[in-house]
Amino acid sequence: MKQELICINCPMGCNMEVEYDEKNIISVKGNTCKNGVKYAEKEVFNPERIVTTTVSISGASVPLLPVKTLGGIPKELCKKVVEAASAIQVCAPVRVGDIIIKNILDTGINLVASRSLDKA
Amino acid sequence: MDKTVEALVIGSGPAGMAAALALKENGINEILIVEREDAPGGILLQCIHNGFGLHRFNEELTGPEYAERYINLVKDKKIEILSGTCALDIVDDGDSKKAILLSEEKGLLEVSAKVVILAMGCRERNRGNIAIPGTRPAGIMTAGLAQKMVNKSGYIPGREIVILGSGDIGLIMARRLTLEGARVKAVVEIQSYPGGLNRNIVQCLNDFHIPLYLSHTITKISGDRRISSVEIAPLGESREPQNEKSFTLACDTLLLSVGLIPENELSLKAGVILDKVTGGPVVDSNLMTSVPGIFACGNVLQVHDLVDWVSEESAYCGKAAASYVRNGLLKGREIPVKPGNMVRYTLPAKVIAGTEAVISLRPMAPAQNMSIIAKAGEKILYKKKEKKIFPSIMLRFPVKDMPEDAGCIEVFFSAEDKK
Repeated sequence: MKQELICINCPMGCNMEVEYDEKNIISVKGNTCKNGVKYAEKEVFNPERIVTTTVSISGASVPLLPVKTLGGIPKELCKKVVEAASAIQVCAPVRVGDIIIKNILDTGINLVASRSLDKA
Repeated sequence: MDKTVEALVIGSGPAGMAAALALKENGINEILIVEREDAPGGILLQCIHNGFGLHRFNEELTGPEYAERYINLVKDKKIEILSGTCALDIVDDGDSKKAILLSEEKGLLEVSAKVVILAMGCRERNRGNIAIPGTRPAGIMTAGLAQKMVNKSGYIPGREIVILGSGDIGLIMARRLTLEGARVKAVVEIQSYPGGLNRNIVQCLNDFHIPLYLSHTITKISGDRRISSVEIAPLGESREPQNEKSFTLACDTLLLSVGLIPENELSLKAGVILDKVTGGPVVDSNLMTSVPGIFACGNVLQVHDLVDWVSEESAYCGKAAASYVRNGLLKGREIPVKPGNMVRYTLPAKVIAGTEAVISLRPMAPAQNMSIIAKAGEKILYKKKEKKIFPSIMLRFPVKDMPEDAGCIEVFFSAEDKK
């Protein structure tokens, strides 16, 4: 089987042609770095995305704390991650990298703070 | 005079912070950064998505993370940031510049500085800039304003959304609003190719099956108090909308992602000459404007697609400004830089003979298998093959060893031989 993909690893956005069978990648063409091959493998068999969103924060100078998944999660769970983040509230202070939701939706991936916010 | 410093930096976004750090690293100790908002970081603080820093830090960061790294560096170096303060005017004052600042806390302030670095960033083009016919209801806003509402204040601007323009901010907001439960019905792009990066077409539109209408435009906005629908028409060969083929989409919100304009009101008041194409100051290879002692970097100079290049350009600018404080004006013959075939613009406008420079440019249109060439007379200063070029991707390269008698440097694309 063949599939055309655009690599989303970096702003280059390489157009790639991927050939694969039931279980394996046979060839990847058009990538300009080795991350392209890794991306193609994931994207064909188990597409993942990093999700960024916000959670409510109390006691800081701003009402929202930006957060991100520390790694890719299955693409179809993106919306559920945002919903889970909307449902909680944290208190200042928070440091960048602090775990906000551990093992979110049983993906094995943590949702972490992407900004430090002091107590106002 | 309320304060005297060696260098005054206007804006504490990525450009201002990188410029200030470079000033410090190059021996300038009295630096003041003024910031209009309450906290440093600039527009990065509302860009909560990832994709920043791949070049600068070799990892993929979100906007707030990228900003925080620079904020920490600026704090470590004890560079003063005066936030909640707006720069109103910059005037000549003998060998120095005098800036008039307005602070909520301290009122009117006068600051004297040997150099001023402009790092105010850019603004979004809005409905007034593109003149869409129709009524003037609520619910029409720029993509960046929607981004601020969603990511910093926690408001969703609408439920049924159409986006005009396929710039990166519009694409990012298509995904963000979809994930927050809104329905993005279409992205409409007047050009035949997307304005934003390929990766954003994939992960922001294709992932959510949001249709992208290329070579289409919005010909009418309807709605009484709130926008209720837009009319979308394909463009014919002469780029005129074909109204007989138009269709209507109901929506309660229209986001505009139709380009950015460097924010140069302050620069103009200071007498700085602007470039008609970039909208930013005309600069020499030290990124000094037409007013000696006033420098510019980042999006106020030219709109960038990657913050990594903003940081790089601004560090370069800070270093050049430090040299100006120490050694005064760099003397030398000025060699003009001119855009040639397929090049929309080049920056800087001129290079001082005997010095090095970094040239940035944007292509006129997408193309494949081209070489970018910089030539002074018969001498090739730089040549590199580019498999694909896009107007959305800025190219940057260094040039040096200019021939002493060079009349000008021409920068152009040339089609590659297939062999």
